[in-house]
Amino acid sequence: MEAAAPSDGGDARPIAVGSLGVSWRWVLASAVLLLLALVIGVAVGPAHLGLGGIAASIFARIPFVHASTALSAQQESILWSLRVPRVVLGALAGGTLAVAGAAYQGTFRNPLADPYLLGAAAGAELGATLAIIFLPGQAFLGVNLVAAAAFAGAALAVAGAYVLGRSAGGMRSVTSLILAGVAIASFLTAIQTYAQQRNADQIRQVYAWLLGRLQTAGWQGVSLVVPYVVICVVVVVAHRRVLDVLQFGDDEAASLGVRPRRVRFWVVVAATLGTAAVVAVCGAIAFVGIIVPHTVRLMVGRSYRVVVPLSLALGAAFLVLADTLARVAVSPAELPIGVITALVGAPFFVVVLRSTRTAAP
Amino acid sequence: MFRRTLIAFLAIATAAIPACGEDTAPGDSATSPSSTSAAPTPSVSAFPATVGDVTLPTLPERIVSLSATATEMLFAIDAGAQVVAVDDQSNYPPGTPMTKLSGFQPNVEAIAGYTPDLVLVSYDPGGLVKSLKALAIPTLIQPAAASMRDSYEQIADLGTLTGHTEEAATLAEQMRSDIAGIVASVPPPSDPLSVYHELDDTFFSATSRTFVGKIYKAFGMENIADGANGKAGDYPQLSSEYIVSADPDLIVLADTVCCGQTAATVGTRPGWSSIAALHMGEVLEADDDIVSRWGPRAVDFYQLVADTVIAIEQQMAA
Repeated sequence: MEAAAPSDGGDARPIAVGSLGVSWRWVLASAVLLLLALVIGVAVGPAHLGLGGIAASIFARIPFVHASTALSAQQESILWSLRVPRVVLGALAGGTLAVAGAAYQGTFRNPLADPYLLGAAAGAELGATLAIIFLPGQAFLGVNLVAAAAFAGAALAVAGAYVLGRSAGGMRSVTSLILAGVAIASFLTAIQTYAQQRNADQIRQVYAWLLGRLQTAGWQGVSLVVPYVVICVVVVVAHRRVLDVLQFGDDEAASLGVRPRRVRFWVVVAATLGTAAVVAVCGAIAFVGIIVPHTVRLMVGRSYRVVVPLSLALGAAFLVLADTLARVAVSPAELPIGVITALVGAPFFVVVLRSTRTAAP
Repeated sequence: MFRRTLIAFLAIATAAIPACGEDTAPGDSATSPSSTSAAPTPSVSAFPATVGDVTLPTLPERIVSLSATATEMLFAIDAGAQVVAVDDQSNYPPGTPMTKLSGFQPNVEAIAGYTPDLVLVSYDPGGLVKSLKALAIPTLIQPAAASMRDSYEQIADLGTLTGHTEEAATLAEQMRSDIAGIVASVPPPSDPLSVYHELDDTFFSATSRTFVGKIYKAFGMENIADGANGKAGDYPQLSSEYIVSADPDLIVLADTVCCGQTAATVGTRPGWSSIAALHMGEVLEADDDIVSRWGPRAVDFYQLVADTVIAIEQQMAA
């Protein structure tokens, strides 16, 4: 079985595919990389737990396996309340941002699109900033209000951009949507900056949120994002073939039986929900949504049948590894994960780009 | 993308900015300023006066302070009557001429509108000093102190520039004496207590190289932030794992105002339940402002830490 990317001027090399539309070779490689990242993420941290101790603790939690943990109560707490949920959250966040990035790029036929294109990050940043300033440390139904405000901000910003774009140029114009997103993002960023400057004593908390963090969320953070991540991934994966068709343009896609407006609406809704949930819990982590799908394209091909599922796995692995580096680079201190994703992601992207060009016939 | 990368570096830079909140309940400082209505007349014979590159030809009578610490110092040396405006963070002592002026985002024209004859700042944002110099407005920068010695020097400098040399010397001596007495009142611990000082709820902390870190050091405490070995600066953002594994004897929350943190909220953090200090009630909920400023109320914080250390020692002995 063969699949080819649409002829939109890019790399259209054919690849052997399995039932998911992805070469099994790449599926296996991605799965191994993700597994390796998860193992490294769980094994490495400021608190020394030992590989044997971690393994024994994991086996002790598997039903019907008679093993006992060698870790102390405190070490157990560190492993299961801090480190493991952090790694899981990193994988969910990374995978979601990468899939959402690919979805936005496919939907808007814009290689520079990322999950924050329609103002999700700007809306989340404004919501979080206002909550940090006016409702510090407050929670509602056990959910930190900063996260709730960030989620609401992201969702409302994208909804606003969608309505504005539709009223300004109709759904036929992708450009009008993008411009509406830029306008909304700029407007919200201006308000956020003003609020931040008027409350400079909270500037550190705001910056810490803007740069993203995985460390304080715990299992609650995981449980908050899981429903939205599932919706996002299921919808985008289900539309991956349609995203390929959209690359030919709305008119051509319509002639092939695809309803571009409807597809665009549902994909954007799903990607936005996933992005908003991740940003609400982890902060606006940059780079993942744009670099991972591009890396997959450069390495494997441009078809969204390939890009979407592989972005899910590689995005998860990338953010887990980035977070591990953030934890150990200056241990026991931490670096903001946004710094790592930018500093590591950009050179990595250049290396992939250069190696791909060198290997090209 | 560039904006986010830029923010990354800004965040690291701002990590060194001590926290300070807005809503502060006045403490019972041993060195609280006396009423400005009874302020003694400043000495005009000491002018022209020079501190660093700032020379005042005559006694300043229209001082603008954009530093909350400098404001506290000015009122503590009875120079409050010479202050016409303070920034939006200068909330102590009660009755300061607080305005909407910002020390973080200063507006030169707004400052100049008060026709000041001396401006005090804790740092120089956006070329403020150069702009004020162009307007012939003398400006003194008094950066965050790294030790009590720095604090005493700044008090002395303010005394020189405001004509309150004697009051400044008296205040510094009183603070020095009070602190020595407070430290001496705490018996040396058999085993050094470990302390975690929390600047905000993302676990920024302060090492022993900082002003507040030296206060803990004075009581022979071990600061868990020192484990970062300066790799992330003097105000590192610690890993939650590390804090839990360090199991500090004392947790000091300097984010009760800015971030609404309490012993109860800290107790609900994932994984933190294994920290013994949370079960023993050894969490000190401090006022953000008192902890982050290096002025006269530092004595209050010395006393607070001393009382807490004594209580912990007694609890351990029992």
